[in-house]
Amino acid sequence: MKAVILGGTSGMGRALAQRMAERGDHVFLLGIGEIELAKSAADLAARSRIAAKAESSASAALATWAVCDLESPETFGPALDAADAALGNFDAVVVTAALFATQAALEADLELARRLLTVNYAHTVVFCEHVRQRLLARGGGSLTVFSSVAGDRGRKPVGLYGSGKAGLSHYLESLDHKFHDQGLHVLTVKPGFVKTGMTAGLKPPPFAGEPESVADDVLRAIDRRIAVVYTPRIWSLVMLVIRWLPRFIMRKIGF
Amino acid sequence: MPPSALPAISPVPVLAAWGRIAKPGSEWLVDDLEGASLGANLSRGLGRSYGDSSLPASCTDRVVATRRANRIVSVDAGTGVLRAEAGLTLAEINRLFIPRGLFTPVTPGTKFVTLGGMVASDVHGKNHHVEGCFGAHVRALKMRLADGSLVETSPSSEPDLFYGTLGGMGLLGHVLEVEFTLKPIASPWIWMESQRVTGLEEFMESLGRAAPAWPMTVGWIDCVSLGKNLGRGILIAGRWAEKDEAPPVAPDAPRGWGMPIDFPNAALNHTSALLFNTAYYWKHWQRSRTALVSPEPFFYPLDAVHDWNRVYGSRGFTQYQCVIPRACGAVAVREFMERLTRFGTASPLCVIKDCGPEGKGTLSFPLEGTSIAVDMPVSAGIQRVVDQLNEFVIATGGRIYLTKDAFTRPEHFRAMEPRLPAFEAAREKYDPSRRLRSAQSVRLFGDRTS
Repeated sequence: MKAVILGGTSGMGRALAQRMAERGDHVFLLGIGEIELAKSAADLAARSRIAAKAESSASAALATWAVCDLESPETFGPALDAADAALGNFDAVVVTAALFATQAALEADLELARRLLTVNYAHTVVFCEHVRQRLLARGGGSLTVFSSVAGDRGRKPVGLYGSGKAGLSHYLESLDHKFHDQGLHVLTVKPGFVKTGMTAGLKPPPFAGEPESVADDVLRAIDRRIAVVYTPRIWSLVMLVIRWLPRFIMRKIGF
Repeated sequence: MPPSALPAISPVPVLAAWGRIAKPGSEWLVDDLEGASLGANLSRGLGRSYGDSSLPASCTDRVVATRRANRIVSVDAGTGVLRAEAGLTLAEINRLFIPRGLFTPVTPGTKFVTLGGMVASDVHGKNHHVEGCFGAHVRALKMRLADGSLVETSPSSEPDLFYGTLGGMGLLGHVLEVEFTLKPIASPWIWMESQRVTGLEEFMESLGRAAPAWPMTVGWIDCVSLGKNLGRGILIAGRWAEKDEAPPVAPDAPRGWGMPIDFPNAALNHTSALLFNTAYYWKHWQRSRTALVSPEPFFYPLDAVHDWNRVYGSRGFTQYQCVIPRACGAVAVREFMERLTRFGTASPLCVIKDCGPEGKGTLSFPLEGTSIAVDMPVSAGIQRVVDQLNEFVIATGGRIYLTKDAFTRPEHFRAMEPRLPAFEAAREKYDPSRRLRSAQSVRLFGDRTS
């Protein structure tokens, strides 16, 4: 695969990028923070070199980067141009980048809420549209986007954050319906609670996952061209129950 | 992603070490360790140290969890020199490098440790008599000091900081990157020889005989049976198999089982320990066995059961590990074993090992002699047991391993550690305000908690 990962320097994105590099995929990183991007690119280059049993970096898979900020849509086009130039037309794109804040913080700071919803929904959709156009023009490819179980039902502790993810999941579903037959594979990833820097400080609930197992699940889903994956997988059952709970119960419980 | 979606189990967040001894506080999981270490009080890897060295001094202290800082900085497969962020785990290093014919020069008894933790504990392994501690193979460290500065330290650049950090329990600065040398291995298999040993004197003698012949030795010893069975056990020696001895295929990837529940506290008692030990001893009915085994069960027998610490129940446990100098002879080891066994507090987990010469780490544990490590459930009498064992160890000129310790008294530690003033001088130089601290440094070095 020739993959572009937006958000591959940290958390689940980093774990996924490491797995891909180790199995020989060519990875191009997009994100913010040039120092972090360079550090992660060096890590990926080293991992692909070890796995490939290559002696020098010359024969190793490519691992480079460009700055792409979900808060600034004008960076999307140039960043994808850079990825195309480096990889020679990518065939897979993964989006793990997003903002996160607790419901309490978002309710208390509406400017933060506006920013988060703009980035996680509107700008992410615009980024995906850039990708869609490019992939369709070259006969297809795969687009993997990290949404969230928080988008499956309007819930008290994740109402605002979850509403952005709900919109994103909705968009991704429509993308799959419309372009599946033209060779575009759209994978919606719905992580449950995963122990990363994003959720640092929050008490992990039961079934909390590690980024490495999420990466394994997502990679398998990309390879098998699955449309939706819950990870850790137990969350598909948890959310099945939550989706069917009647409203009078949802009003009572804190979940 | 749902924050605090399900009700918290404990109303006050606590951090627990491997022995399940807990302190109020929480850790901060970060991807960017270099940034997050600024202003932090303690770095914490996988929390596998048994005692209180990875626990916060105060519940408001900032504890940085390093395990997501897992990036490789550079690697040279030709020379084996690897530089990586401090949170990279040995499990990952093994997964990446064993197929490549490279292995860590020194491994502790679990692969669930980070590079930073291996440095902070200056870990030793079955090959201590040949390779020394992990620190002997470290070429350089990148550190964040208490004043916020970033330094690169090595045996030739600020050696007091470098050697103070080896075995310094993370108290001189935050380890951000570790550069060390991996060793080539001829195959991914281990040639192992195990021998049933009937008593302590024979054990000591066999260990002594095995040391020059084998690069790796360790013994399981029965710390529960008294009389003629005292000190019986199984001696294990091994080396990496040569290419022509090993099967053409690599060993299967390790798979672990979880421990879904806490055992009741009463499950592990003197009777069950005695039964287990007798069965385990006689399972090795031949006098000696040889086998070609995978590195996993050889180096990390306990890693096969994740969360095996739950066997001890909610009361938790401690490990008493000490080293008794060679000069004191087998007599002192027998005396120690008799005292230990008479307490009746030992669990089946007891390991004996020959240590080679003392390393250069200022507070590094091993010295030339016999190391004994035994797990003991926490009980009302545990303080008295540790005190009495410590008094004996002090009299022999030996010492205990800080990574395992939660109960040693400061005056005992001072008495067994002539190198302490040198370490304290390094702390005074690099962290005069004692920003870096842990529950252990409060207990042993008298750091303030406010």
